[in-house]
Amino acid sequence: MSEFFATPLGLVVLMVLETLAILVPLLLGVAYATYAERKILAAIQLRKGPNVVGWWGLLQAFADAGKMLMKETIIPTGANRVLFLLAPMITFVLAMIAWAVIPVNDGWAVAKINVGILYLFAISSLGVYGIIIAGWASNSKYAFLGAMRSAAQMVSYEVSIGFVMVSVLLCVGSLNLNDIVLAQRHIWFFIPLFPMFVVFFISGLAETNRSPFDLPEGESEIVAGFFVEYSAMAFALFFLGEYANMFLMSAMTSILFLGGWLAPFGIAPFTWLPGPIWFILKILLCMFVFIWVRGTFPRYRYDQLMRLGWKVFLPLSLFWLVLTAGVLMATGWLPGGAA
Amino acid sequence: MPPLLLNYLPIVVFLVIAGGISVAMVAGSILAAPQKPYAEKLSAYECGFEAFDEARRRFDVRFYLVAILFIIFDLEVAFLFPWAVSLAHLGLFGFLSMVGFLAVLTVGFIYEWRKGALDWE
Repeated sequence: MSEFFATPLGLVVLMVLETLAILVPLLLGVAYATYAERKILAAIQLRKGPNVVGWWGLLQAFADAGKMLMKETIIPTGANRVLFLLAPMITFVLAMIAWAVIPVNDGWAVAKINVGILYLFAISSLGVYGIIIAGWASNSKYAFLGAMRSAAQMVSYEVSIGFVMVSVLLCVGSLNLNDIVLAQRHIWFFIPLFPMFVVFFISGLAETNRSPFDLPEGESEIVAGFFVEYSAMAFALFFLGEYANMFLMSAMTSILFLGGWLAPFGIAPFTWLPGPIWFILKILLCMFVFIWVRGTFPRYRYDQLMRLGWKVFLPLSLFWLVLTAGVLMATGWLPGGAA
Repeated sequence: MPPLLLNYLPIVVFLVIAGGISVAMVAGSILAAPQKPYAEKLSAYECGFEAFDEARRRFDVRFYLVAILFIIFDLEVAFLFPWAVSLAHLGLFGFLSMVGFLAVLTVGFIYEWRKGALDWE
């Protein structure tokens, strides 16, 4: 068997299996994230939430998927047909392929590339294309406005995310995601870089168009924003992509600040759980906060949103970046300083 | 294939599988569900009345402005990535060079701010 996996064909088969080992749990996780979101929001608002399909509504996600599959795919008359159908696929594919580099345990990434963080940054930048193509191809005013808002919002917060990533890199000295986690063996980065951790998480909310920054889809003003014209599975792809992006943001928060697969303390009861379990627990914790925020905070106004991104987060993260570099220089704590 | 590129092969596998899933989902829905289009159903959504005109029209110039500002700062981030990784080897000179570069950009940022480029309404 091991000889087969050493041949070129076996290598590809192994890669496909590894890919499925990531994508299948991810898609199941996404399905249950929608259920969890409805249940948690219901609990916050003292309701029951979905409780009819299956035990405690546990099969709700699959009922929704089946319903969406049996809906008519409507392509508006004025739309660019090819781009219209391509946009949700771009969103979905980009949300999936980012997972290729996420290390689940020490050395357990499907693609062990040396520039993992750069790859994640690039893929999350591309995410804006799916949205702007959808808004443009729909040829509908609501969709167009939603897409413009969404694009402006995503690029604004991406700058802060970039600065936060650079300040983490200063403490690590490597672009490899595996090294970033291993550098947190002694102390998780959310303690020394706490302000950057907060900036990163809030920017992550804005980057994934989540509440309280969900203006692109603001139901009360532009109905659903960029996907107002979508129906059936094309709509479902946007939905899956959005939730997969939330998972990705949670995974990135875990890797950059919460020590990835590392146990909170390197002593007995904590080390009994294997690394991947810790990693998943941290992702779920971040997901819960995502949903909790949605249940708690009112939506921002657009000018407030842009002011927060450009006038608060950008100067703050830039200042903290220079401060981090300065402190590391002055104390000689820079990684690899001996070389 | 050189080993460096071999590390990137799983990304292609991911791309193919994720692309296959998305195409299969959309195609499956189109094949499985009954399609009965008519003119009203296919018209662009506009609250309760027929669309006045196309959506391809002028939009607020501030969206352009945000995009231009984004390009400047994103390039800055792209410069910072390699600098951050190798700062230990660059030493004090490398640190001060980047502080100088950031200072110039900060002057530009203050100018934008004072000009009102970052204001909405």
